[in-house]
Amino acid sequence: MPELVVQLTRAGFLALLWLFVLAALRVVRSDLYAASGVRTELPPSKRDKKQPKSRGGGGGKQPRQLIVTHGALAGTRIALDDRPILIGRADDSTLVLDDDYASTRHARLSMRGSDWYVEDLGSTNGTYLDRAKVTAPLRVPLGVPIRIGKTVIELRP
Amino acid sequence: MSSPVDTSPGTGSGPTRKLPTRRGTELLMLAFATVIITFALMLVDANQGQELTLSIVWYGLSYLGVFTVAHVAVRYFAPYADPLILPCVALLNGIGLVMIYRIDLASAERAAQQDIAFTPDAPRQVLWTVIALALFLAVLVLIKDHRTLTRYAYTCGLIGFFALALPGLLPASVSEVNGAKVWVRIGPLGLQPGEFAKILLLIFFAAFLVSKRDLFMSAGKRVLGIEWPRPRDLGPIVLATGAALAIFVLLKDLGQALLLFGMVLMLIYVATERAIWIFVGLVPFAAGCVIAYNLFTHVQQRTRNWLDPLATYDEAGGGYQNAQALFGLGTGGVAGTGLGAGRPEMVPLSKTDFIAAAIGEEIGFIGLASVLMVYLILAMRGMRGALAVRDTFGKLLGGGLAFAITMQVFVVVGGVTSLIPMTGMTAPFLSYGGSSLLANYILVALLLRISDAARRPQQGARPRAEQQRTPLSDTGTVMVERPS
Repeated sequence: MPELVVQLTRAGFLALLWLFVLAALRVVRSDLYAASGVRTELPPSKRDKKQPKSRGGGGGKQPRQLIVTHGALAGTRIALDDRPILIGRADDSTLVLDDDYASTRHARLSMRGSDWYVEDLGSTNGTYLDRAKVTAPLRVPLGVPIRIGKTVIELRP
Repeated sequence: MSSPVDTSPGTGSGPTRKLPTRRGTELLMLAFATVIITFALMLVDANQGQELTLSIVWYGLSYLGVFTVAHVAVRYFAPYADPLILPCVALLNGIGLVMIYRIDLASAERAAQQDIAFTPDAPRQVLWTVIALALFLAVLVLIKDHRTLTRYAYTCGLIGFFALALPGLLPASVSEVNGAKVWVRIGPLGLQPGEFAKILLLIFFAAFLVSKRDLFMSAGKRVLGIEWPRPRDLGPIVLATGAALAIFVLLKDLGQALLLFGMVLMLIYVATERAIWIFVGLVPFAAGCVIAYNLFTHVQQRTRNWLDPLATYDEAGGGYQNAQALFGLGTGGVAGTGLGAGRPEMVPLSKTDFIAAAIGEEIGFIGLASVLMVYLILAMRGMRGALAVRDTFGKLLGGGLAFAITMQVFVVVGGVTSLIPMTGMTAPFLSYGGSSLLANYILVALLLRISDAARRPQQGARPRAEQQRTPLSDTGTVMVERPS
């Protein structure tokens, strides 16, 4: 083979290898924004702000996500749909707490009609909505902190 | 493990929303990998003065065909699996094959000059690849849900330890090759049970830690502002260290001991999220190193070879191998000599332990770095699957498997480049060797299974999961809807 071709193919092969790496990284990047098992802290992007508007007809502010404001999981968001949210140390909870003050099955948030209710599932240390201890299902307004052990969560639009 | 788990993929969009499975991406990347490998084969043949024929294209197409079978299986049995894992594996395996073929050519030439019979290794490696892919399919088909593995945890552990110890118990004629007693050889067929034991033990440790996690979490005394674990919780770590040392003494295999110990430490760290365990583990590790150094001459030898390969160049078991590897890497330089234009056969064991040196010589630093990047992406995708999966066992197993790949690459490439003392270990997917290939394909099948479970929307997985769990989890705590 002529020397020039040798050199060109040599460089071409290296370029091809790195193109593979770059293509793989592109897939990784596109995956970051695709829905996946865990929704990690995406910075509140424009997309989030637009969402309420596009659904605006529903009347008033609907809670759309649950945010952990204090505790080990601070910053975690969980998108709400109509299914109940289990909170506790059990592995199959929706929000798995790693907190010595939380019970295995600590509390549950569930939707009735258009409101969310919090109920305590017989936890040892109790669940608090703002300052009040939750003994029966209580309606959770937007932005009111719910305290479970060392963790505080809130509903946000 | 604190794991924010989101049962609702997709913000408030109805339950029927379909997640992209990204299988198309996978096929595309597989095709890309095949193109690279075919190109590599072409370059080797051209630079080696072989005749360029259309058969190379056929080789490429059949390689793609074999992996397409794997791809179709993934489509059916793990539709939500990670789209990058399989292409990365295909690329690494292909580069390894091309490299082995390339060294075969050189060895055949030398054998012809010296009139020695020569059997090429590349066809055998192709055969191993096909067998490994069949095994990959079998694992994917048989293990529908990785959580079923927890049921066999103790069986896995027992078989794993036995497989690990087996070569050490057998006579050296059956088990010893090049000073390492890691083989079981029956006739022409040789297997390294340790490669499989690695996966079995990972399953065992992951399941064990899930059930005993609370033990490690309970805090002990606070000394120097750090919460130290209680002494009696140190059992497993001591056990792992003991096992690692035993392997080391029995098998004379540094690499496996290091890998096993590293995996256990990493799993404990992941399970407890407490960095103190790493410290606690490193103390016996350091002690073990010192003891091993003083007791065994071959450890001293390896260390001297590492510190100055040229000083011991001429000794038996001296720095010859390391020095040749470094010469090879040096010859390659930044951009390499070009595929097929170097002399990677000068490095001893260039098809197995030192394949990184052969690759570094022919495609240079730039090429070797890209190969390492592919490993990195592979491990990263594995870790991502582990992060996203919902159950603790899956998290630990996925993390452990991904870490096992990383650790092996670190140990072998670190050894070749003289960053750490050389320990005999194969580079996953690249090196020649049936056992390594088989075991690593099983590992990848498990990773795909876990990543599939992680990305699979809950609607599909839930009913089955609930059926399994109902008696355990729901009986005590089920809340009957109260009339409001």
